[in-house]
Amino acid sequence: MIDREQVLHVARLARLRLGEAEVETMAGELSGILGHVDRIANLDLEGVEPTSHVVQLENVLRADEPWTSLPPRVALASAPEPYEGAFRAPSPQADVD
Amino acid sequence: MAELEAVIGLEIHVQLATKTKMFCGCALSFGDEPNVHTCPICLAHPGVLPVPNEEAIRYALKIGMALGCEIAPRSIFHRKNYFYPDNPKAYQISQYDIPICGEGKLGDIRITRAHLEEDAAKTIHVGSSGRIAGSSASLVDFNRGGTPLVEIVTEPDLRGAAEAAEWARLLRETVRQLGVSDVNMEEGSLRVDANVSVRPAGSTELGVKTELKNMNSFRFLQRGIEAELERQKDIIGAGGTVEQETLHFDPASGDLTSLRSKEEAHDYRYFPEPDLVAIVPTEAMLEEARASLPELPAARMARYESELGLDEAQARLLAGDPDQAEYFEAVLAETGGGAEPRVVANWVTGDLTAALRASDDAERPEAKPLADLIDAVVAKTVSHAGGKQVLAILVADRDADVAEVIEREGLAQMGGDDGELAGIVAAAIAGDPAAAEQIRSGNGRAIGAIVGAVMRETKGRADGGEVNRLIREQLGL
Amino acid sequence: MSELTDLSVAEAAAKIAAGEISADEYDSAWRAAAASDELNAYLWTAEHGGEGEPDWTGDGESAPEGEGEATPYGANPPAPADSGPLAGVPIAIKDIFTTQGIPTTAGSRILEGYRPPYTATAVNKLTAAGARVLGKTNMDEFAMGSSNENSGYGPVLNPWDRGRVPGGSSGGSAAAVAGGLAPAALGTDTGGSIRQPAALCGIVGLKPTYGAISRFGMIAFASSLDQCGPLTRDVTDAALLLSVMQGKDPRDSTSVGIEGGIELPSGVDLKGLRFGVPRELGDAALDAGVRTVFEATVARIEELGGEITEIGLPHAEHGISAYYVIAPAEASSNLARYDGVRYGKRAGGDGDLLEMYEATRSEGFGPEVKRRIMLGTYALSSGYYDAYYGQAQKVRTRIAQDFDTAFEAVDFVITPTSPSVAFGLGEKTADPMSMYLNDFFTVPMSLAGIPAIAIPAGLAAPEGAGEGAPRLPVGFQIAAPAFAEQKLLEAAHALEGALGFAAAVGDAAPWKGGSRG
Ligand SMILES: [Mg+2]
Ligand SMILES: [Zn+2]
Repeated sequence: MIDREQVLHVARLARLRLGEAEVETMAGELSGILGHVDRIANLDLEGVEPTSHVVQLENVLRADEPWTSLPPRVALASAPEPYEGAFRAPSPQADVD
Repeated sequence: MAELEAVIGLEIHVQLATKTKMFCGCALSFGDEPNVHTCPICLAHPGVLPVPNEEAIRYALKIGMALGCEIAPRSIFHRKNYFYPDNPKAYQISQYDIPICGEGKLGDIRITRAHLEEDAAKTIHVGSSGRIAGSSASLVDFNRGGTPLVEIVTEPDLRGAAEAAEWARLLRETVRQLGVSDVNMEEGSLRVDANVSVRPAGSTELGVKTELKNMNSFRFLQRGIEAELERQKDIIGAGGTVEQETLHFDPASGDLTSLRSKEEAHDYRYFPEPDLVAIVPTEAMLEEARASLPELPAARMARYESELGLDEAQARLLAGDPDQAEYFEAVLAETGGGAEPRVVANWVTGDLTAALRASDDAERPEAKPLADLIDAVVAKTVSHAGGKQVLAILVADRDADVAEVIEREGLAQMGGDDGELAGIVAAAIAGDPAAAEQIRSGNGRAIGAIVGAVMRETKGRADGGEVNRLIREQLGL
Repeated sequence: MSELTDLSVAEAAAKIAAGEISADEYDSAWRAAAASDELNAYLWTAEHGGEGEPDWTGDGESAPEGEGEATPYGANPPAPADSGPLAGVPIAIKDIFTTQGIPTTAGSRILEGYRPPYTATAVNKLTAAGARVLGKTNMDEFAMGSSNENSGYGPVLNPWDRGRVPGGSSGGSAAAVAGGLAPAALGTDTGGSIRQPAALCGIVGLKPTYGAISRFGMIAFASSLDQCGPLTRDVTDAALLLSVMQGKDPRDSTSVGIEGGIELPSGVDLKGLRFGVPRELGDAALDAGVRTVFEATVARIEELGGEITEIGLPHAEHGISAYYVIAPAEASSNLARYDGVRYGKRAGGDGDLLEMYEATRSEGFGPEVKRRIMLGTYALSSGYYDAYYGQAQKVRTRIAQDFDTAFEAVDFVITPTSPSVAFGLGEKTADPMSMYLNDFFTVPMSLAGIPAIAIPAGLAAPEGAGEGAPRLPVGFQIAAPAFAEQKLLEAAHALEGALGFAAAVGDAAPWKGGSRG
């Protein structure tokens, strides 16, 4: 089952912030679901090929031909913070001085 | 304590020079206005799907074959999940456990793998914007985002900084000659990271390695590795232990700064990319790639050394410049056979290069005239000095006929027989009795003065050896 | 209720083509109906949202025309209203499909106000066939849910009983069609999201073979399972929409299309066809009322000349477990792009990058989406991959093999669509697992990638309801081998005729205006 620490670790990986209460609920709910899911853990599937895809296609490729890209103003139209033709985002570490 | 030996492996990212990005039709570019080459796909808008660029697959196969890699009969793409503004999907489409190119070898360095992936966008970090006091930000430009990359990983077979840089040069030249990339380190179309560790000489297990990034020239690559080797040896010498970390090389200061801060525990959660199907190179695809491979530097160098007897320096020089090498082989083919390949190589890489440098509107002559000239020098029809004068004329006038030039310029070498040379030598001795006296009294170096006089008189048409013989003869030595 | 809105799509399209009715009258009749939405089925309608011209820049600028072929975003010239198999037919589009310049949210607050720069292939194919976008329908956030209670914009009400859920995740599409607010709708099905709401709303829902219709422009939930399909009043309309939307798309590497295309079904009997009933159905958790309708329908199949045999799907019981590893795992990666940098919501922008990411995603996503992202991230994280994702993919192989074996003996596999009729709003929200079990009968087909259709088979009272309690629709599911859609539609058409559900319900049907407030 999954404990508080694991929940916090996974939340960090997923870039989700959980409140104190949420962490507890999440731990409980995930444990419940995993409890059900764990039934497949002890099935003997030695040597069974995993299926990551049902379509049996190969080599579906694209010719190397340029197309007209979006006008920059369109590319930036839905940006939360367009800035001089670029997408602005906070820095990894805000240098608070 | 035991002598420490360097253990170095390289990870090279090569930007492919296709027309479009890896998974969308946006054109590749360098140095354009920000975000002028983007679309919903390379901006990772909701609902978009990737479709691989067939030319990128072709290029990857060529690189794999040039590096002697086993080509995977079936390879797939994975998702490498991590958050960063330059990674719009928050996963990079890359290859994981089944890369398109497996084990190979370049020179005596083993290649672990070469796989296809997409490049990240460019982020520029800007300081305080005034928007929030003290806050800095990144500006993201997605023009580069999605550029096809081949990542080449070597085994830790390199044993020194110089060797690493030398091998990296060979790799660059090899990829350049394939015509699949600009391989320009300054512009980032070739990026070399180094995994560096040290261990007691003779030991077989690996020490703790650090990863060096941002060495954007071969010189910096060498300097960065040297600096890191020093650092590790000092730590161990002082009884400490090296920490696994990523280091950023600052070319200006030569300093290595740790990137640990950015490096919070990575868990990339690789899984097979469900939006793409497998790459299964067909016989036709493989044949096409094979057929398009030129003779690559390593092979050419080996051939020149073993078959033509060139020394290593000459062989490397020519192998590194396929155009000059082709010319060398053409000239060699045109020579009458009296000339040794080594001599032809010297003319092509030495005298010709000098002659071309001498005047800016100079042009490389056809292979035939240069071959004729070399034959003439070998046959002593013209002296080496005279030959250089002929060459100076050939590079200025491509249609010039060698025999005619020698005739017109009166450069035909004077044999000893007709006595003309003997007369000029006698005159020279008479013109410088002091020197003559010194020579007789055993000062060999004094002979230079008289030889010089003869050469001036004959405009270099005389053979140096013959002049020396005649001087000694006439002085009764 | 106007006569125009009583017509099926096939009938209306035929009359419009024949000039018997005007496309614009038909269109405005449906616009008016859509505008009267009291079910919260629509998030945007052509009526209220303006014409929704492609608005790239937010200031009314349109995409250049004609580049539709060359790029995904050049505006496709609209087909003349009186041409094409769907001439002048307005269709409700699940809000998970991108529509250029028209708000598209996938039911999430994180995409509030987002106007895509391009249109999904499936939608382009509909409009190229003469159809019009009637509106964008409400849905569970990013298609994660079986009751439509996970929408960031409020739940959708079931037109048969507004105290109950319409099912999900295509709940808005199902409610719109059943409630007489749209002649037909587009949905998506990852583990039952078309079939289950169709069943709970008493309409037809078709999940085609994975790869039959392009996924380009369909906002991804679980890429290896997502498939788009129609929700309609009858089987013929489902066939009509499929025939228009199916096909290989150069922008979707995993699309295949249906060889030979699709024709309108004409099947009237089931002679010589073998239907397999899973042995495992015996001890499956199933409401008594649903079981009764299922058995009655099986009897009808035999009356129509169909042959019933028992088959085994031994691994189907593990479908839910495999599904709730694979789908969240893929979703955790597909939903990572909502990071507040390029489009959509941004929060916490005054802090550093990590703070912005976490604030944006924590405020932008609802609880169920967070739950599945957490579940999927955990299943893929180092040390757990093999135990969860790897094992689930092997179960998936086994389930597909079970169907292969079954289809050697039968033409179709039949099951109920959902274990129960529509349940009450809030009834299952407290316990995620009980909600997940709604997909028990629909998930195996999704994992195997095979086509399955849900058709309304009768009415049943909710489990444990008192005497004379209002009865609600029960769905019947028919599954066929990959790309056997035509055969599936013929059989469904024959059975539909024999069951005569719509006729039996008559004016009690909500699309006839008969719904209980
Ligand atoms: Mg890489
Ligand atoms: Zn692009």
